[in-house]
Amino acid sequence: MSDSHPSHLAHQFDHVEQQRQASTMGIWLFLITEIMFFGGLFTGYIVYRTMYPEAWTAGSHELDIALGGFNTAVLIFSSLTMALAVHAAQVSNRRNQVLFIAATMILGLVFLGVKVVEYSAKFEHHLIPGPNFHFPGDIGTHVQLFFSFYFTMTGMHAVHMIIGEGIMLWLLINAAKGRYHKDYYNPVEVVGLYWHFVDIVWIFLFPLLYLIGRH
Amino acid sequence: MTMNTVATDNPVPAGSEKHYLTNGHTLSSWLFTVDHKRIGILYLISLVVFFLLGGAAAVLFRLDLMTPAGDLLRSETYNKLFTMHGIVMIFFFLIPSIPAVLGNFLLPIMLGTRDVAFPKLNLLSWYVFMAGGLLALFAIVFGGVDSGWTFYTPYSTMYANSNVILAVCGAFIAGFSSIMTALNFVVTIHKMRAPGLTWFRLPLFVWAMYATSLVVLLGTPVVAITLVMIFVERLLHFGIFDPALGGDPVLFQHLFWFYSHPAVYIMILPSMGVVSELISAFSRRRIYGYKFVAYSSLAIAVIGFFVWGHHMFVSSQSVYAGLIFSFLTFFVAVPTAIKILNWTMTLYKGSVSLQAPMLYAFGFLGLFTIGGMTGLFLSTMATDIHLHDTYFVVAHFHYVMVGGGVMGFLGGLHFWWPKMTGRMYPEGWAIFAAIVIFVGFNLTFFPQFQLGYHGMPRRYHEYASQFQILHVMSTAGASILGFGYLIMTGYLIWSLKFGKVAGSNPWGARGLEWETTSPPPTENFLVTPVVKHEAYAYDVPSETSDVQEPRPEQHNV
Repeated sequence: MSDSHPSHLAHQFDHVEQQRQASTMGIWLFLITEIMFFGGLFTGYIVYRTMYPEAWTAGSHELDIALGGFNTAVLIFSSLTMALAVHAAQVSNRRNQVLFIAATMILGLVFLGVKVVEYSAKFEHHLIPGPNFHFPGDIGTHVQLFFSFYFTMTGMHAVHMIIGEGIMLWLLINAAKGRYHKDYYNPVEVVGLYWHFVDIVWIFLFPLLYLIGRH
Repeated sequence: MTMNTVATDNPVPAGSEKHYLTNGHTLSSWLFTVDHKRIGILYLISLVVFFLLGGAAAVLFRLDLMTPAGDLLRSETYNKLFTMHGIVMIFFFLIPSIPAVLGNFLLPIMLGTRDVAFPKLNLLSWYVFMAGGLLALFAIVFGGVDSGWTFYTPYSTMYANSNVILAVCGAFIAGFSSIMTALNFVVTIHKMRAPGLTWFRLPLFVWAMYATSLVVLLGTPVVAITLVMIFVERLLHFGIFDPALGGDPVLFQHLFWFYSHPAVYIMILPSMGVVSELISAFSRRRIYGYKFVAYSSLAIAVIGFFVWGHHMFVSSQSVYAGLIFSFLTFFVAVPTAIKILNWTMTLYKGSVSLQAPMLYAFGFLGLFTIGGMTGLFLSTMATDIHLHDTYFVVAHFHYVMVGGGVMGFLGGLHFWWPKMTGRMYPEGWAIFAAIVIFVGFNLTFFPQFQLGYHGMPRRYHEYASQFQILHVMSTAGASILGFGYLIMTGYLIWSLKFGKVAGSNPWGARGLEWETTSPPPTENFLVTPVVKHEAYAYDVPSETSDVQEPRPEQHNV
């Protein structure tokens, strides 16, 4: 706690490097918990897919591969803009930080918008699990299980996207105020790692739900 | 452990000096504090309230079990009370107990740092914990939950009353608070150790916190998503575990126990850390086999993740899976036995003094050993089929969780009470209460081994009259146990005002936390300490003024 304690260094840390290492390690540990969180869903998916392979194939044929593919591209592109935002912070470029964080947010909203279109199509086709679910044939009940997982997995992913949009808004405001520069860019980096993680979850969800079983 | 820091031992009465307790007296100075020590105290107060509520539920249903017909309570009320006891004690007392109270208070001091890595996150964890706890309590008190603390499907998702969803939500929210605490601990231990404090100079309590935090980080998210699935199935009517749709309730059990068995190690590992500190401090010896004790914590954390299937020996799990889980469960006893042996070897030729914290440590050794050994009966598939879901299981896990977890918590609370409050607890009363608790505990739970062995199922409201005598013994024991807790609560509160002023190091212990004043200043140390020895360097002459050899005060009983 000497004169070398700049305003962006929290009181509990001795120096900026210690703070940077701590926040980076913190977000990686958090992402490990996130892997375990989604891991529970993936486990359920694998168990039921092994039990009911035909129903799982039939279910994935009901999904719109074009919209899913488009969304995949949108998310990958948003990871690029996020990485550019982190770079802008590292080189103290305030204008580019704001630009790329805003671009990432817009791409995230596009993804969520497409998701809404997909969900409402499922609603119209009676593919929402529950009393109104309807799927012809003997395997209909098992297809319902597929859709339970489809909605829970993509729903949990969407919840993470929405939380990400909220954090990104906070980041955008602080970036506009010029809080982040080459000596202090941890928040941008940490949020960036979170955003990439949410992106990667989708990279697994897309083939598991849309592609496997299609011929 | 010695270093060149300031350690005043002039006994100034608490309150007239500048330390973390006098740094602000308003309510908001507590509710918006980011001081890890104050957050530890906030947790302590909240957890005591949860503990008393969970205990009150136990007293009620134990009284009811005095008669075979259960004359005191209606069956529905009985179901709600044992559920309340389980949910409150596990999610809102045992899991947070030692990490959130003693860990929060001590970890940064033991590491010689000013605070944990993320102090605001630390405060947030308390708020999140309270939100989860109050939500679950609301569901339990106004309406009642009768699913048992395990929330098994399809009962919880299709048949139980809707309050179960609020309780599930409460447990889900409280899970975030565990994760925040654990994440803070791991980062703090990695990145914020004082100069000279290498990994193998860390107190074993810190190793235990580290191992516990890893279990929390890897396990809690899995139960979180499992609870989300219950939530989705119950509220949105998405079939996930519903057998009518081809869903598998045993999948729920796998996911649930993937967390909830390691959760037992979340409760017991911190206690083992406390016991390592106590046994070393009260036998004046370097801990025997330090590295083995440290690594065995990690071994328990790792192996503990691969034993969950022993909860499903009779739930249609494949016999081959059962065999493997049975073997792995035996295997987890090995690192545990290493610890017990090392503690015993530390006592050997030590200068042992039987003060209250040490009595709790001895209580831990005996009771946890019984709990562990009876665990082997249950991990043997053939005997488990007979003992599954009987009182034998109830007795086993109470010996582990109360005999292990709570004894460690109480021992640690007494040991560090002078550090936390600046006052000594009254030794005579403390020894009396420790004995009462030990006797009461054994009288409560030992008869339950017999009950279970003779076939009394758990969670039953009524029972055959041949079991009555054992149930009456158990209830009598529970009353004695409750009495012991009340004595303890009484004298601890008394000591806040009337206890003898403690001084920096009343035990002559060698850990870093004893080098600062009691209570510590808000920054913990006025000068960053430089560590030269491990925390058990009783064979190295002390450099600090207040540690005199031989001990300043010895109460041999």
